[in-house]
Amino acid sequence: MKDELDKRLDNQPDGPERRGSLKDIPVREELLPRWVKGPEGQEYVVEPLQDYFCQAGPTVQTPAYTRIIEDLFNWARAESLWILGFGTGCGAIEMRPLMTPRFDAYRYGIQWRPTPRQANLFVISGYLSVKTLKRAIRSYEQMQNPKYVVGLGSCTINGGMYWDSYNTIKRLDDYLPVDLYITGCMPRPEALLQGFDDLKKLIRAGKAEGANHYAEHFDWYKANQKRVIKDWDMPDYSW
Amino acid sequence: MMQSLYDRLKDRFNLGEFTGRRADLAFVTVSREQLRPLLLHLRDLEGFTHLVLLTAVDWIEDDTFQLTYLLNDRARARDIGVRLMLPRDDTQMDSIHDLWPTAATYQRELREMFGIDFPDSPRVNEDFILEGWVDIPPYRREFDTLRFARETYPERPGRETHDPATYMKQQLYPDGEDNG
Repeated sequence: MKDELDKRLDNQPDGPERRGSLKDIPVREELLPRWVKGPEGQEYVVEPLQDYFCQAGPTVQTPAYTRIIEDLFNWARAESLWILGFGTGCGAIEMRPLMTPRFDAYRYGIQWRPTPRQANLFVISGYLSVKTLKRAIRSYEQMQNPKYVVGLGSCTINGGMYWDSYNTIKRLDDYLPVDLYITGCMPRPEALLQGFDDLKKLIRAGKAEGANHYAEHFDWYKANQKRVIKDWDMPDYSW
Repeated sequence: MMQSLYDRLKDRFNLGEFTGRRADLAFVTVSREQLRPLLLHLRDLEGFTHLVLLTAVDWIEDDTFQLTYLLNDRARARDIGVRLMLPRDDTQMDSIHDLWPTAATYQRELREMFGIDFPDSPRVNEDFILEGWVDIPPYRREFDTLRFARETYPERPGRETHDPATYMKQQLYPDGEDNG
């Protein structure tokens, strides 16, 4: 079966090249290209990674045509920070008090959502293992513009106490566009509130342009991501 | 309590070294052939019904892996650790997932982290914690974790380490004088 596929791919114009790239990465069985017979007997290749996902990359979101409109938009964006409920590392614990009456982040227009589609702020709440980074990238890309990333704690900044770990990344901004870091190990809920406040100021000043940076330097980010995620078995951009 | 158990089983299972840690905790060494009969005996006849954990130690100096099967007897509140020495160059071991189904998970972890293979154990060849790992198993002691981390994950420049005592002295007494 595999030899057959190799032979047929060789006959395609860019076949050998594509086959080469497939061999480097151990791709899951169900994501490998396969031959399918159509109703009238014609045969064609189905490549799940190419065919099941939209291939268009992220695009840069241009500002509104006048300054005053863009400022209005930014004001609106700053007042609706909806956080993706995705916790990594110990920081996820620090988010719980924020949801409850003592710190009550909801009074600042901040709330948590269960799905990337409804969220526009991704708080990376601690160390990211390579395995989690993979999920974080997919979740980030599925969020809709405008979207922001906050790195929480030492681990996202320089690896923190996991600086010599075999399995955690040390610089979050190599892999995702970070708009703001909150220092500490762990930062207290008050520090997070302060951080959200600073993020609001950045957004209102039009400086929280992480998503656009990601779109502009997409190849650089992808190269960094693929350097650590050895079994890259997902589309390059998934949304 | 554990000593009498050891004395009873010693000749029957050809047990090796006995290490008593506490009145209710002891370790024994056993050969590979005697492991399964011993575990079965402990489980079915001596009341050690619970497999607490199965883990490995890398004695790289002696060229062996030590597998430790820790069993618990809930009724009498005592634990026994069964040690098994495995040569480092022949890391195949018999699976015990049919004695305790939970062992399959430990064996999967050992396969990934130490490269100790347990053929026939359920899903033992699937990724467990690591995904797409291409180097030697990371818990083996010849694996240089620090070098791997430095080569694989880029660092942010500017990270410094201070000796706490000298650093605080410098902060508190910048002139170098400690006037008490």
